[in-house]
Amino acid sequence: MSDAKSAMPGTNSHDIKGYSTRQMIFKRLKKNKAALIGGYLILFFIIVALIGPFFTVHDPLRVDYSTKLLSPSTTHWLGTDHNGRDIFTRLVHGMSITLYIGFLSVLVGIVIGVPLGISAGYYGKALDSVIMRFIDILLAFPGILLAIALVSVLGGSISNVILAVGIFSVPGFARITRGSTLAVSKLEYIDAVRALGAGDLRIIFLHILPNILSPIIVQATIRIAIAILIASGLSFLGLGAQPPTPEWGAMLSQGRSYMFDHPHVALYPGLAIMTVVLAFNIFGDGLRDALDPKMKA
Amino acid sequence: MNKELLRVNNLKKYYPIKGGFLGQTINHVKAVDDISFVVYEGETVSLVGESGCGKSTAGRSILRLEEPTAGDVYFDGIDLTTLTKKELRKTRKNMQIIFQDPFASLNPRQTIAQILQEALLIQNVVPREQRKAKALELLETVGLASYQADRYPHQFSGGQRQRVGIARALSLNPKLIICDEAVSALDVSIKAQILNLLKSLQKRFKLTYLFISHDLGVVRHISDRVIVMYLGRIVETADKKTLFENSKHPYTKALLSAIPVPKPGGKKERIVLTGDVPSSIDPPEGCRFHTRCPFAAEKCIKEMPELRPIFGSAPGHMSACHFYEEIFNG
Repeated sequence: MSDAKSAMPGTNSHDIKGYSTRQMIFKRLKKNKAALIGGYLILFFIIVALIGPFFTVHDPLRVDYSTKLLSPSTTHWLGTDHNGRDIFTRLVHGMSITLYIGFLSVLVGIVIGVPLGISAGYYGKALDSVIMRFIDILLAFPGILLAIALVSVLGGSISNVILAVGIFSVPGFARITRGSTLAVSKLEYIDAVRALGAGDLRIIFLHILPNILSPIIVQATIRIAIAILIASGLSFLGLGAQPPTPEWGAMLSQGRSYMFDHPHVALYPGLAIMTVVLAFNIFGDGLRDALDPKMKA
Repeated sequence: MNKELLRVNNLKKYYPIKGGFLGQTINHVKAVDDISFVVYEGETVSLVGESGCGKSTAGRSILRLEEPTAGDVYFDGIDLTTLTKKELRKTRKNMQIIFQDPFASLNPRQTIAQILQEALLIQNVVPREQRKAKALELLETVGLASYQADRYPHQFSGGQRQRVGIARALSLNPKLIICDEAVSALDVSIKAQILNLLKSLQKRFKLTYLFISHDLGVVRHISDRVIVMYLGRIVETADKKTLFENSKHPYTKALLSAIPVPKPGGKKERIVLTGDVPSSIDPPEGCRFHTRCPFAAEKCIKEMPELRPIFGSAPGHMSACHFYEEIFNG
């Protein structure tokens, strides 16, 4: 929708450069330096998560008390923890866990939230009321509390954290999808395909979904940051990844006891979490501006 | 007289107004309130009236893009209001609609070729291999070039987009096309081009148009017959010539007097109506026009006037005024 309005109406079609929508979004994204840095950081994190573990020299899990609580040095770049494990190695190995939790829990949120939102917005009436009241109930719980409750019931493990954080992001996706669906389904081109005889499924998948993707993508990027933060929080509380998994939140929690004498044990996992969350946040913001120039106020 | 193609009987469309603590229906907007008319094959019938009089809602209800509250719509002898969803989808290929806003009526994520082929695909009227060729042929029919087929809607101007909208409506060889303010959003020169295109297409494909417009100049140019609506009801209907020269309803007279005269110093008697259009939530009792009619009498407040034929005028000329004889014959 927004792309149509930003194009130049009224000009002769021969004069218009053949920018596709995707090219225009990319151009706008490139102009936003912060978003670009965020994007490159995310790319870098993904590469580290994929190939990083093959390049580390230390074992992330092997306990060796002779090297415990060493300060950063040339052999142990970021020092060692209370079990003598190299912190840099553990951070590199933990990267994939962090991203895995972030992406997968948001996927859970999308898979449940988007269909709910589309059905509520498209069919309306009673179905809308039922779905949105259900979403309201989910929203009534503070997010972290809901996640803690779910994990305490299901038991602490990474897959349960993913499920809990996923369910916690359902309301956000459902609401944003419903709103966009309402807006798009009032447009005349939806009426036009209906007048051609198109069925509901065709209208939803071919005409509504492609036109509400931008807000969903933006929401997903920002939600990944929140998911990583919540998952780290759960692990910090001992409800998520269990030792000796090199999960950053758990590492932070273990480093807490040595905060005053050996601050590096808690500091570096904390910084790592912050950098990843920040990268997703600024990239998400930039993406939103690029996808919808009207919102840039 | 030609064969009857569309017959609308006592069509009503009320929109509920929700409110109160539990969101119950507290009132209705009576957008279309009991209208009946007939459209014959091959003619152009215009539905005119000011904003909010229900003309677009009437068009959309006929196609069941909005579910009518009451009434029947017979298309080619079939009652559309009783069809199931599946039957309706099949019948849709015979009646199409062209929308007002050329910027909202095309999906921005589809190329023109995809938009045109979709119709053929949904109704499965053309085999797969021939669809692209048919889409290109449609483009040429509406005056666009086939090399433009792979472009996206945002690469076109308003007039070109409207042509695409027309091509889409034509793709299924419909019998009836409802033009819902189809030229209102276009500037004057483009408007004329599109109107002439519609006229030539009508001749070529033997189309019937239900032309919804507030622009009397356009209506005069394109229609065979005219139906005038006010606040959800029909106030007058006649063939074009009779309506423009010999209208028999005070509202139509006022409407016609608002057309600008294209002659410097041309004689013009403007009938200026006072007040606003009353709300269609709570329309006036009796004749809906009595609050603004310069000739309103006691009877107009109490009794709702029915559409009745006018003696001595052209056949089919009907007016919903208690006093048209007195008013217009002195």
